[in-house]
Amino acid sequence: MAFNYDSYLRLEKMPTLWCWGCGDGVILKSFIRAVDKLGWSKDDVCVVSGIGCSGRFSSYVDFNTVHTTHGRTIAFATGIKLANPDKHVVCVAGDGDALAIGGNHTIHGCRRNIDITLIVIQNFIYGLTNSQTSPTTPQGMWTVSQKAGNIDPTFDGCKLAIAAGASFVGRETVTAPKKLEKLLVDAMEHKGFSYVEALSNCHINLGRKNKMANAMENLDWIDSITVSKAKYDKLSPEEQLNLLPTGILKQDATAKEYCEMYQEIRDVHQGKRGKITQDDFAKKI
Amino acid sequence: MSTREIISTGNDLAARAAVDAGCKFFSGYPITPSSEVMHTISDLLPRIGGTAIQMEDEIAGVAAAIGASMSGVRSLTATSGPGISLKAENLGLAQMTEVPLVVINVMRGGPSTGLPTRVSQGDVAQAKNPSHGDYKSITLCAGNLAECYTETVRAFNLADRFMQPVFVLLDETLGHMHGKADIPTAEAVKSGIKLRKTFDGPAEEYHPYGVAQDEPAVLNPMFKGYRYHFTGLHHDKNGFPTEEIETCRLLIERLFNKVEAHQEEIDSYEEFMMDDAEVMIVAYGSVSLSAKEAIRHLRAEGIKAGLFRPITLWPSPAEAIKKYTDKIGKVLCVELNIGQYRDEVQRASGRLDIEGLFKVNGRPISPFEIVNKVKEL
Repeated sequence: MAFNYDSYLRLEKMPTLWCWGCGDGVILKSFIRAVDKLGWSKDDVCVVSGIGCSGRFSSYVDFNTVHTTHGRTIAFATGIKLANPDKHVVCVAGDGDALAIGGNHTIHGCRRNIDITLIVIQNFIYGLTNSQTSPTTPQGMWTVSQKAGNIDPTFDGCKLAIAAGASFVGRETVTAPKKLEKLLVDAMEHKGFSYVEALSNCHINLGRKNKMANAMENLDWIDSITVSKAKYDKLSPEEQLNLLPTGILKQDATAKEYCEMYQEIRDVHQGKRGKITQDDFAKKI
Repeated sequence: MSTREIISTGNDLAARAAVDAGCKFFSGYPITPSSEVMHTISDLLPRIGGTAIQMEDEIAGVAAAIGASMSGVRSLTATSGPGISLKAENLGLAQMTEVPLVVINVMRGGPSTGLPTRVSQGDVAQAKNPSHGDYKSITLCAGNLAECYTETVRAFNLADRFMQPVFVLLDETLGHMHGKADIPTAEAVKSGIKLRKTFDGPAEEYHPYGVAQDEPAVLNPMFKGYRYHFTGLHHDKNGFPTEEIETCRLLIERLFNKVEAHQEEIDSYEEFMMDDAEVMIVAYGSVSLSAKEAIRHLRAEGIKAGLFRPITLWPSPAEAIKKYTDKIGKVLCVELNIGQYRDEVQRASGRLDIEGLFKVNGRPISPFEIVNKVKEL
């Protein structure tokens, strides 16, 4: 039987403002199926979004929802999560949101390893503001702010998240919704900061001037630049150069989660344990 | 009200006030001269199961506090002028979404990095309109050590009453002043706590922003069965984005009206030797301490000076100001800025002959500078 999304959607807000053929709807549906699979009560979930096409994500789903300022999803979510550590907090951000204006919060959310899931809807372009260069726009592509071709080096958000200390990092594409759903289940189940990059199409604002003006062409291009991590790892560095690995890229169940660590701070101040010292941590420097 | 005697600093007293007033969440970023607020509260909150977190920047410092408050927890952030500049956008979000928050600003010299360790009152105009767009700011200003405590308490209750950020302005002199303060007992503060309104009817009848034109939003805590939406976009009665013409107009007008229609609940000012005053001095914050000393000297010399001290700076006590400026010829504003509040006194009085004694070099104004200025008038 087909999955019924109705009870998770704010049906009166349909249709979405996303363009016809946009991949964001695939991510929305994959997220809903993942929450359903986890069995989370709608009252226990908070979805925090930023600014851009992805920013509207929160208004469509029937949870506790917050549409914040550009780039700040993780900062708001950190307050919500720390004040309600037993609830589920999910951020939805675009590539500009998470990696340009909000890059600092992404770094420090990963570093703290606070139990928040960040879904980055990565479509390689600023969509809502009409085709400006994003940190993830491939070099050489046309953008409205770089009509001669983008010269800014392209940013890999997953590598950033891994380096910054996120304990779960993964990537999937909207061409593989079942895999995306599974990745989201794993990410949201994970205790700690989970970074999920969902590659999506924007044939309107990325594709139209870069020879993939319809959705299928844009989706085919996404498929052509992605490969499963298992295959990716067997490739030579030259062969890896223009490919993005998909699947779970990092998973560390042993990393300490921030809310749990903060509870130890409370315990110190309440005289339940001695002060926290370097001996409490395996890594000293 | 039963009181107690504490020997401490303004910054420390403000942090203690927050905790006594039921604050359970603090987030901020180090900045001189306000950091001691974070130092104190990061010791106090974990003791009572609360949370104090140092964030990665000023923007995150206010965002996390707003997030915690959206979820239903009394929250505080503290900073100084440069931090307010960085927090401005998110303060606008809190105004628009009607999320209560207390923001302590311990003022230092500006603009820009300015004079980090020295006193100023240069953020008074900023406090009125820190962010773009129309709304009505509530800004309280402590004039002595005890008020660093009592005004912070008042700010929490006003934030929940009017559902918006409330500024508490301290200045470097008060924040770092160390001395005796008579303040209410923690029990007295606790018994005076007035939390935000909530709705307890059926969820389908809950319209957080569907309130009368002079009332704030009714925002239930998260995770309690009332799933609604926060957005900085213009929004309808349930919090969802809209561009419907009348809804947009009514929303922004309400952000104004909810404060303006109830100004008597916010007004606070001190009249010091004003009964027979022939010279009216307007001063606030630490400057008012010098002004009071100056008035004693002036009176000893036969000059009948008095002090009008606004404690709520915004919205300004315009009617009370006008009552005096209508009958007193000589009016002098004494400020550690170049007349940021004199503009307001001019507006309230309808007079352009309001004198000023201003200082912007990071040093306090001494009583005798005020005495000499009054004699020149």
